[in-house]
Amino acid sequence: MNFRTFAVFVGPSVFMMLLFIAFPLVSVFKQSFYVTQPIYETVEKETCTPGFLTQTCVTEQVSQPKLDEHGEIITQTHYVGLQSYRNVLEPERAWRAISDGSWHVLSTINFWKALRFTLTFTLITLPLVVGCGLGIAILINNAARSIRGPVIFVSLLPFIITPVIGVLSINWLFRGDGILTAMMEWWLNRDIALFAQAWTIEVLMMIYRVWHVAPFAAIIFYAGLQTVNQDSLESAVIDGATRWQRLKYIVIPHLMPLIIFVSMIHLMDSYRVFEEIVGFSSQGYVISLQWLTFDYLTPDQAGNRSISRASANSMLTMIGVVVLLILPLRRTWRDHKGSH
Amino acid sequence: MKLKTILMAGAMSIAATGSWADCAFENDVPLKSLSAGFEAWKAVTDAMAECGNFSASLDQEFREKQPEAFAADPALYQIGGVSNATLVPLLNAGTIRPLDDLVEKYGQDLLPNQLIKVDGKTMAIAMMVNAQHLMYRDDVLAELGIEEPKTYGDVLSAAAKIKEAGVMDYPIGGTFKTGWNLGQEFVNMYLGEGGSFFGDGNMPAINNEQGVAALETLKAMTEYMDPEYLVSDSTYVQQQFQQGKIAMANLWASRAAAMNDEAESQVVGKVTMAAAPMGSAVPATTIWWDGIVLASNMSDEEADAAFRVALEGMDTDTVSANNDVAVWLSTAYSAGPLAAGAAASAEGGAKAYPASGPMGIMHTSLGNGLADYLTGAKDAQTTLADIEADYVTAAKEAGLISN
Repeated sequence: MNFRTFAVFVGPSVFMMLLFIAFPLVSVFKQSFYVTQPIYETVEKETCTPGFLTQTCVTEQVSQPKLDEHGEIITQTHYVGLQSYRNVLEPERAWRAISDGSWHVLSTINFWKALRFTLTFTLITLPLVVGCGLGIAILINNAARSIRGPVIFVSLLPFIITPVIGVLSINWLFRGDGILTAMMEWWLNRDIALFAQAWTIEVLMMIYRVWHVAPFAAIIFYAGLQTVNQDSLESAVIDGATRWQRLKYIVIPHLMPLIIFVSMIHLMDSYRVFEEIVGFSSQGYVISLQWLTFDYLTPDQAGNRSISRASANSMLTMIGVVVLLILPLRRTWRDHKGSH
Repeated sequence: MKLKTILMAGAMSIAATGSWADCAFENDVPLKSLSAGFEAWKAVTDAMAECGNFSASLDQEFREKQPEAFAADPALYQIGGVSNATLVPLLNAGTIRPLDDLVEKYGQDLLPNQLIKVDGKTMAIAMMVNAQHLMYRDDVLAELGIEEPKTYGDVLSAAAKIKEAGVMDYPIGGTFKTGWNLGQEFVNMYLGEGGSFFGDGNMPAINNEQGVAALETLKAMTEYMDPEYLVSDSTYVQQQFQQGKIAMANLWASRAAAMNDEAESQVVGKVTMAAAPMGSAVPATTIWWDGIVLASNMSDEEADAAFRVALEGMDTDTVSANNDVAVWLSTAYSAGPLAAGAAASAEGGAKAYPASGPMGIMHTSLGNGLADYLTGAKDAQTTLADIEADYVTAAKEAGLISN
């Protein structure tokens, strides 16, 4: 392909990536070092609001932003260096908690609480997704050709459901007197409140995530299984290898690049865990890094939002993803070099 | 050609018979409104639509959209629905207009306490008030010989008796969902104890005896609540009541009508509305109002039409047709038993919600920080100190506290 054709094909996509990924990223990076705030003045104001029958008037000192001649709020932007990162990480408090050996205190500081959950969630679901995915793929592969279509369809279903809807349906099945909780209560003959402590919520979240993502892994692995060298499998059978040995010595090594691919996608995805937090409204017990960014960005009733801290937190989240991806990437890089 | 004529005729006849049948005048200026989406707003905007050329957005995310939409020139919405808290950003940005001239021209039927005045200028017209107050099952309490609870001490001992008698496992309901709801519960309790939120220069002042007392009451209540209280919002509590699972709750007056809705409630006529329980100082609740504002970025003719349409929306017809939907501020409103709780709380001296820029931040910090105390992760003092620290960080970033 000559360069011109190549450029015409790739150009639009590079442009879009710059416009929608690179530039916003640079802007977020920049905003994490600056703070923009209105200039406030303190004035005495009388405000009258309805009581039930009469009017209540109060006079008090209030802070109100200054407006310019066009009626716009005057804002100032100034460089604060790493202050926003410090506000998110709260290093002094975190360090005090660590040096006291108090894990408990550390886990009440927002960022560290979120990091703890995000990492647990990511690292526990990863092997489960790969394992279940492989299991389903092998199941489909061994199913009789006549029922293979329906089996693929059924096993893909969880992946098709929109994440938020999926989470909400799990939520309502297990919340309060949801159908499944009611059944378990009847069966175990005791009161069950799954949303009343952190660990049950976390377990539900992980079960949901594995249920949701395993079909994706399965379909990738199923495609990979079609390319396993049948000759080596047959010779393994002749040599008397068991099913397990065939899987361990032939199939899994063959699928390894796909397993790494699925792991990387899953690491990136689950490190950004968010729908589960909102859907289960678990903020009281469990929060994630992505949710923290969302929370900083949500304006309160008076319209304040913490853009700088949100930017800093999302940069930190990105750094976390990169750190997690280093291991699988290094392996891919080594394999890649080895193949030449 | 023929089809078009027929369509036009059809449209005209629908318009003539239905659309502005009940409106005193025919509106020919295109108008739009953006407000919250609860029952009262639905009634009011439906009535506004009768004047024609009007469309309403009932949107629970209105508070995120309103400031930007009103800052546009011309404004994207002419009429806005606000409450005392969501008025603050619009007032700060100067995107809503004073209404005094319009009130003088058209507002003869308005009650004096409907006019929201800031520095002497009318900036909004209130249509209803709302407050959380005690609702209880009078049949359950009467059976056990318990009198109407007046304080949180009474509420707790009533709950203990109900639990002991085996009537209900969890007699109390509460809007304790982490975030805004839980923050509001603390605001109610803390004001009931007579506390104030800020010291000089917008510095926080909640780490004190009143704060601790408020926290302790909240925690004591959770002993008698469904253990999943941190996910329980107003709708959840309303349903608990309707299904007969709880006997008492501090719930919004705007939810009162749902208790007697025969289509979904099993406790019709059994729930009494009482004043919010007393704190040490005043009833532990806050009074809210909802009402309309007009954007400044539109022509005076548009403002004129918008004001008249808005008044049509909250006129006596609307109020008498929807009497039980809200505690209306109107001469046509006949306060029934459903409004008794809000009225009694107000008479007891309940404070208005202290809406302001700093309070917005404080409410968020409270909503996010209180759960750690209720779950036992922190003690009361640490919780309050951490909430103050969180507030200071956010307020500095917002420019409300100088560094």
